[in-house]
Amino acid sequence: MSIRGVEINIHGLGYRYNTRGNPTFTNLQLQSGRGEALAIIGRSGCGKSTLLHIIAGLNRPTEGVIEFDGKKVDGPSSRWVMMFQAPHLYPWMKVSQNVGVGLKFAGWPEKEKAERVAEALRLVELQDYADVSVQDLSGGQQQRVALARSLVMEPELLLLDEPFSALDAFTRSSLQRDVRSIAKKLGFNLIIVTHDIDEAILMADRALIMAGAPGKIVTEFEVPLPDPRQRQDPAVQAMRSRLMDAFHSAAGKPTGADAHGEEGVDTDSESVTQHA
Amino acid sequence: MSNQATSGAATAASGVTGGAGARYAMAASRGTANFVLGLLILAVLWGIGGYMIASNPKTANFSGFGLLPTLQAFPELWDMGKLQKATYASGYRLASGMLIAILIGVPLGILMGRVQWFRKLSNSPFQLLRMISPLSWMPIAVLVFSSWDGSIVFLVAFASVWPVMYQTAAGLAKVDPAWFKVARNLGASQAQMLTQIILPAISFDIFTGIRLALGVAWVVLVPAELLGVTSGLGYAIKDARETLAYDHLTAMVLTIGIIGYALDTICAQLIKKFSWHRGDV
Repeated sequence: MSIRGVEINIHGLGYRYNTRGNPTFTNLQLQSGRGEALAIIGRSGCGKSTLLHIIAGLNRPTEGVIEFDGKKVDGPSSRWVMMFQAPHLYPWMKVSQNVGVGLKFAGWPEKEKAERVAEALRLVELQDYADVSVQDLSGGQQQRVALARSLVMEPELLLLDEPFSALDAFTRSSLQRDVRSIAKKLGFNLIIVTHDIDEAILMADRALIMAGAPGKIVTEFEVPLPDPRQRQDPAVQAMRSRLMDAFHSAAGKPTGADAHGEEGVDTDSESVTQHA
Repeated sequence: MSNQATSGAATAASGVTGGAGARYAMAASRGTANFVLGLLILAVLWGIGGYMIASNPKTANFSGFGLLPTLQAFPELWDMGKLQKATYASGYRLASGMLIAILIGVPLGILMGRVQWFRKLSNSPFQLLRMISPLSWMPIAVLVFSSWDGSIVFLVAFASVWPVMYQTAAGLAKVDPAWFKVARNLGASQAQMLTQIILPAISFDIFTGIRLALGVAWVVLVPAELLGVTSGLGYAIKDARETLAYDHLTAMVLTIGIIGYALDTICAQLIKKFSWHRGDV
């Protein structure tokens, strides 16, 4: 499986849910190179998930243009695939059928489809589960199936909308490492929307902080750390502190519910640090 | 990467299957025992009632309603060909009416579930029509359709379409909207969305609707056949009453119950087969 990444150019992007309401964001600019892993961090409601849906072609922007390799994005495509917070697997299908559903939509012959599905399942280490019902899998395994379902399409860009936030710390940590390593191995772009600063550092080459109303990208950080990245690595810890400071100066200190981790950015990952 | 994924899937699956198999076998034998016991209780009560009717000189003329005369009437009716003829005529009308109800009810239910303006617009006329007793359409149906068969098929279809339609719409309302988003994301066309996502997702609800509709259709069919036709189970009951053949009458009534029960069981099995919900049916 060999995938080519994509050059992403976003110019003057704006979105509002309805014509009378305030814009979710306006005049947003973003560039990303081929094979780059980008993380977008921000508090709830700053528009980062909406931005991701628009990049995926699932929502239409009210202004501005998104281009992949110079071509305008005007709808969803199997070349840019999104992974959601929950796996959203089809429970009446087996694991292999879920993974191959996109290929089935594209009319792939059965034999080639089976080969690609088997390869994708190997990548996520679920090759022994091909004929198992997805209802028999754990949350982490289900999210791996969702990852395989995305990878089997050989996307140029994988968009992740807080994909591991519902998982336990161990599974989350393992998937964060795996998704980055598969993306780097196959060469596709990643855009991750997350509340978790550690996740951004572990998975991204560059982290963008989004804040304000309407939302805008207030600052960005290169994450030039070698792979594989470990939470307990001092360089990761140092990067975390820098990103936290930058986040607080750009997006403000958390207050109320945010301070208790109910909303906003998750900065308390010590339990993971202990064990991962 | 976690090694949880690399081993033990088959072992775990077989372990789960073995345990589930034993539980299923136990549940099945309990079900059979309940089935037989329930029928035995009914037969005993019927037998006692029949004996009381037969032993009272005032009601002895109606002894044909008893259990034994009824059971003895079955081979007689079979040899006369009445049972087969009546069952075929009623079955044809039921199947035709149900088929029409499914062909109309499922697409309309999907439309109601997917298209908000259609759901809002159709609510009042459908609710109004649904509340009209199907049998009250009989005089109009007789005027509109050239045959009695056509009229009865219309009544059956009219009575059955509502459970199918509303159950389909309710099933679609429960579907996770993210399934559609994922399918769009993976390049599904509208036709693929219907055949690969919507229909499998709501198959359980469609079959549940058909099961409910079958009960309603069966209830409407027999009285409709009492009104003017010269075939079918309803007509056979009327004919038996007019010839004072009470054993034949009760045998036909029992046949209606047996066929209805069998059809409901088939529907329940279909629901079980097509359901992806765990622990249903």
